[in-house]
Amino acid sequence: MPGNPVSEFRLEGNSDARAVPKRVALIRREEPARLLEDRDELLTTAPHLLLREVIVVQLCVTGLAVASLLFDAPLEGIADPTDTPNPAKAPWYFLGLQELLHYFPPVVAGVLLPALAVVGLVVIPYFRINIEVVGFYERPRKRSLAALGLATALVCGFLVAYRVWSVLVPTLLIFSLTALPAVPRCPAGWKRRLSRIPLSDWIMTWFVAVVTILTLIGVFFRGPAWAWTWPWRDGIF
Amino acid sequence: MDILRAITENRIWRSVVRHGVRATNRNRVMVVMENVFLHLHSTKVRGRSMELSSTYYLGGLALTLNAILTATGLMLMLYYHPSVPQAYRDMKELQFVVSNGVFLRNMHRWAAHAMVLSVFLHLLRVFYHKAYRPPREFNWVVGVFLLLLTLLLSYTGYLLPWDQLAFWGVSVGTNMVRAMPFLGPVVRFHLLGGNIVGENALLRFYVLHCVLLPLALALGIAVHLWRVRKDGGVCGSSGLRRSGAGQPRE
Repeated sequence: MPGNPVSEFRLEGNSDARAVPKRVALIRREEPARLLEDRDELLTTAPHLLLREVIVVQLCVTGLAVASLLFDAPLEGIADPTDTPNPAKAPWYFLGLQELLHYFPPVVAGVLLPALAVVGLVVIPYFRINIEVVGFYERPRKRSLAALGLATALVCGFLVAYRVWSVLVPTLLIFSLTALPAVPRCPAGWKRRLSRIPLSDWIMTWFVAVVTILTLIGVFFRGPAWAWTWPWRDGIF
Repeated sequence: MDILRAITENRIWRSVVRHGVRATNRNRVMVVMENVFLHLHSTKVRGRSMELSSTYYLGGLALTLNAILTATGLMLMLYYHPSVPQAYRDMKELQFVVSNGVFLRNMHRWAAHAMVLSVFLHLLRVFYHKAYRPPREFNWVVGVFLLLLTLLLSYTGYLLPWDQLAFWGVSVGTNMVRAMPFLGPVVRFHLLGGNIVGENALLRFYVLHCVLLPLALALGIAVHLWRVRKDGGVCGSSGLRRSGAGQPRE
């Protein structure tokens, strides 16, 4: 429209780098994750995100309502301090700890190890090893595998001393997967995939595997006097 | 449509909701900006961050479960007395006297288990997506404390039905507390209000479960969500972009 001040500006689109120069940014490896965000399309929160959130809420409420109609919450007889059930089990999310109590003295299983786990989780974002997204075998540093092997050996020695086979097995398994790309005859596909995984992911995966296995054992495989039972033969205690 | 317009364009409605209903971009932004609850969201979001594989909506799921637990928990409080042996009798009342009492208790119980699980999965999602990296370090720490609060809430609630399961589950746990060097026996004594899991312990766990811990959790969640917004919105799998090991794509 003539006379309109807006018409004095001309919008240009051009893919020629000389006509419309692009900005170049140098970003270090430990750069903020914000810079890695996609430059993809921005959508308005209402209705796009809100609609999805409503769907999540509805699915959640529906699923829970169905579960509540099908399964009743457990209720046993009234609490009786003179009648100790055998075994006396904590809620499922603490059964990993209770399983540890079977191997270690209470001060180790009930205090030291959980405290270590919590502190370990809290400090994660403050260590460079967790900030880098560099595969274990893509790092420039040598001798990392030897150091990791030494650390694993120390942990394993500790586990053998206390006969904690249920933690020893996943520890050895995860370490052999970590070390696999260093083996000359490792298949190329495995080697490519495994060598990209950062050390922080290996450690977390080990932690999660140990927690899961200990919890499953505590829930399904422990019976009277905390002895080993098979759930399909003896039932779940 | 005329009725809709009559409702939404008179003075009273507009004094509450200031924006109109037309589907303009301005209105869509106003919906979020002018609402105290919705303004924890930014007004615009990246399309990719809304994909399922970006967050699996696990944080939202935990928040939803928390809301369900608050609602069902409030209703359960109407029928519950934190005293021995009335607490257990109230469970029986829920079962045989209160309309839909069993359903109410089931919802609360299963939602509690689901919340512990979804908070833990949320932690794993954030870890493997490396979404804790700067500037989000502090929010990760807040999140770990929210996980601990969730566990404590679930655990204090575990005692309240005052059945065998509750009593011995809590006895096992509080005996672990005793193993803590120096402080253990003192902490256990104050937690239980005595040396055994008894009437005082039930009352203390009730107060922790219904007042103190929910307040702490609500505060923590407020900080957590606020920081998500301030640190640039949810960080989906974009932190994992691989080409050139950590360098942005292009």
